Amino acid sequence: MKKEELRHIATLARLEMEDEELELFSEQLSQIIQYFGELKKLDTEGVEPLVTPTEIEYWMREDVVHDSLSTEDVLRNAPDKRGHLFKVPPVV
Amino acid sequence: MDLLKLSLSETAEKVRKGEIKAVDVTKAYLERSKSLNKELNAYISFNEKALIAAEKVDQMVANKKDPGLLAGCPIAIKDLLCTKDLASTAGSKVLKNFIPPYSATVVERLEAQGAVILGKTNLDEFAMGSSNETSAFGSVKNPWDVTRVPGGSSGGSAAAVAAKMGLGAIATDTGGSIRQPANFCGIVGIKPTYGRVSRYGIVSYASSLDQAGPMGVTVEDTALILESISGHDPRDSTTSQKKVPQWAKNLKGDLRGVVVGKPKEYFEKEIDSEVQKIIDESFEILKSQGATIKDVTLPTAPYAISIYYLVAPSEASSNLARYDGVRYGHRAESKNIEELYMKSRAEGFGREVKRRIMLGTFALSSGYYDAYYIKACKARRLLLQDFMKAFQGCDFMLSPVTTTAAFKIGGRIKDPLAMYLNDVFTTPTNLAGLPGMSVPAGFTKEGLPVGVQLTAPHFEEQRILNAAQVIEKHTNKEKRKPNVY
Repeated sequence: MKKEELRHIATLARLEMEDEELELFSEQLSQIIQYFGELKKLDTEGVEPLVTPTEIEYWMREDVVHDSLSTEDVLRNAPDKRGHLFKVPPVV
Repeated sequence: MDLLKLSLSETAEKVRKGEIKAVDVTKAYLERSKSLNKELNAYISFNEKALIAAEKVDQMVANKKDPGLLAGCPIAIKDLLCTKDLASTAGSKVLKNFIPPYSATVVERLEAQGAVILGKTNLDEFAMGSSNETSAFGSVKNPWDVTRVPGGSSGGSAAAVAAKMGLGAIATDTGGSIRQPANFCGIVGIKPTYGRVSRYGIVSYASSLDQAGPMGVTVEDTALILESISGHDPRDSTTSQKKVPQWAKNLKGDLRGVVVGKPKEYFEKEIDSEVQKIIDESFEILKSQGATIKDVTLPTAPYAISIYYLVAPSEASSNLARYDGVRYGHRAESKNIEELYMKSRAEGFGREVKRRIMLGTFALSSGYYDAYYIKACKARRLLLQDFMKAFQGCDFMLSPVTTTAAFKIGGRIKDPLAMYLNDVFTTPTNLAGLPGMSVPAGFTKEGLPVGVQLTAPHFEEQRILNAAQVIEKHTNKEKRKPNVY
C-alpha cells in the first residue's frame, strides 16, 4: 500500500490525513491486506456472494402516512442552522 | 433486605408483588455504580431521570397494573444505542454532544417491560475493537483484575454486570463484541440470530453483522432480557416475523439425545492450556447430562478473520459516511464543503475507526472490489454452507470464545493485526448469522474468568440456553466475585 495509493483512498473516504499517519497506515494496512491474500486459496468458482446471512422475509405494509420526527427534533443537533434548514459552508 | 443481593428475576418478582420499591432498587444501584465507576470507567454517563422512571414502575404496581418482565430492574445500555434525550456518543468525539430525539426499539421494549435505564456504558469507538481501549472516553478496567481489559467492544456493559453496577446490560455484537467481553468478565452474554432483535436506533457499524443482545449474571436472567427485546420490528426490515419463544420458562437440563458438535478447525489453533482444560471439562459436563459429542468440520472457518475484516470495514466505510459534520456530530472550522467533510471526519474519528474506514474504502474501490470485497462475500457463503452441513449432524457446537483469558491493558493495542486475530472463534458466528453465547465455565490459576462459546443453527437459541444453564449449574459452585465487591 504505497503512500500515493493511500492518499487516494483517504480522499475517497473524505479523511484529511497527516503525512505521519499516512506513513503508519501504509505499514499497517499493507500487513493486513497481505494477510487477506490467504483468500486466494479458496475456490469460489460459481459461488454467489452472500450479504444477508439469514433468509430474507419479504413483507409489505399499508401505504399509510405516519408521524415521523418534527423539524425541531431533526434540527436539534445541527452544528449550524437557519430557520428549518441546515447551514453549511459554501458548496460551490 | 440487601437489595443488591437479589437476582434480576428475584428483583422483578418482588417489585411486581410490591414487596420492594423500584425507587429503592434504583437508588441502591446508582449509588454503588457511581462509586465503582471512578475506578472501572464502565459508564460514560448516568441517567439523571432513572428515579423518575423507577417511580413510574412503583405507581403501576400501586395501581394494580403489571409493570412487566423486568419490573424495576436497573439495566445498563451500551452507548451505541440511542436513548431519547440522553447523550449517546458511540464512544466517539464525533458524537460527544449528540442527544437523540428518539430511542432505539430495544430501549423502548425494555422500558415497556418496566426496566430502568441506569446509564450508558463505555465501548470501543463505534464498536470497533476487542479491548475497550479505543474509546474517546478512556479505557474500561476488568473488575476481576484492573490491570486487564474487560474485552470489547462492549467492555463497559460487561464490566458493569460483573461488578454489579446494574442487574443486566444491553450490548451489541458484530464480530464477538458481546461474547468476548462476557467471557473475559465471567458473565453470560448472548448474540441472537441475525434478525431476532431490531437494529433500529442502534448506531450502525456493519449492517449485515450487527446484533444487539443481553448480558447478565445467570442464563435465566439473560434469557429474560432477550425475550423482552426480541421480535419483529416494522422499522427494521431485516427483523424476522418468527414468534419469540419463552426461553426462560422453557429452560430444561435433560440433554439425552442431544449431540454436541466439536468444530475441528477451532481446536487446531493454539489455545492456552488452562482455557483448553475448562473447555474439555465443559464437554464432560454435557456428557454427564446425556449428551454425545461429535467431531464436525468447518473447512472455511480458518479464513473467517480475512472474511470478517473485509466485509465489516467495507460496510462500516459506507455506514460511517453519514458523519459529515452537516446535520449532527462534530463540525470542524472550514472554508468550504470539501474541508467540512475532510476536517470534521479527521478531527472526530479515532485511529482504529480511520483504519477500518480506509480498509473498507480500499476493498470497495475500483480495481480491488472483485478481488477483495466480492471474494470475501463468496467465501462468506461457503462458511454458511459449512455450518448448515455440520448442523445436520449436531444440535449445536461448543468451542472456546478466545484463545486466552483477559490480557493486560496496552498488551495488544499497538499491533492491529494481532488484535484482529483475537476474534478467530467469534467472527464465524456473525458471518453466518447464527445465535451464539458465552457462559462462564471456570477460572485460570490467576483467578481470571473463562467462558465457553455455544453456537446454534438459526433461531435455535433454546438449545444453547439449555446447555449453558447445565454448564452454569455444574461450575459456579464456589460463587467467586471480583475484588471490587
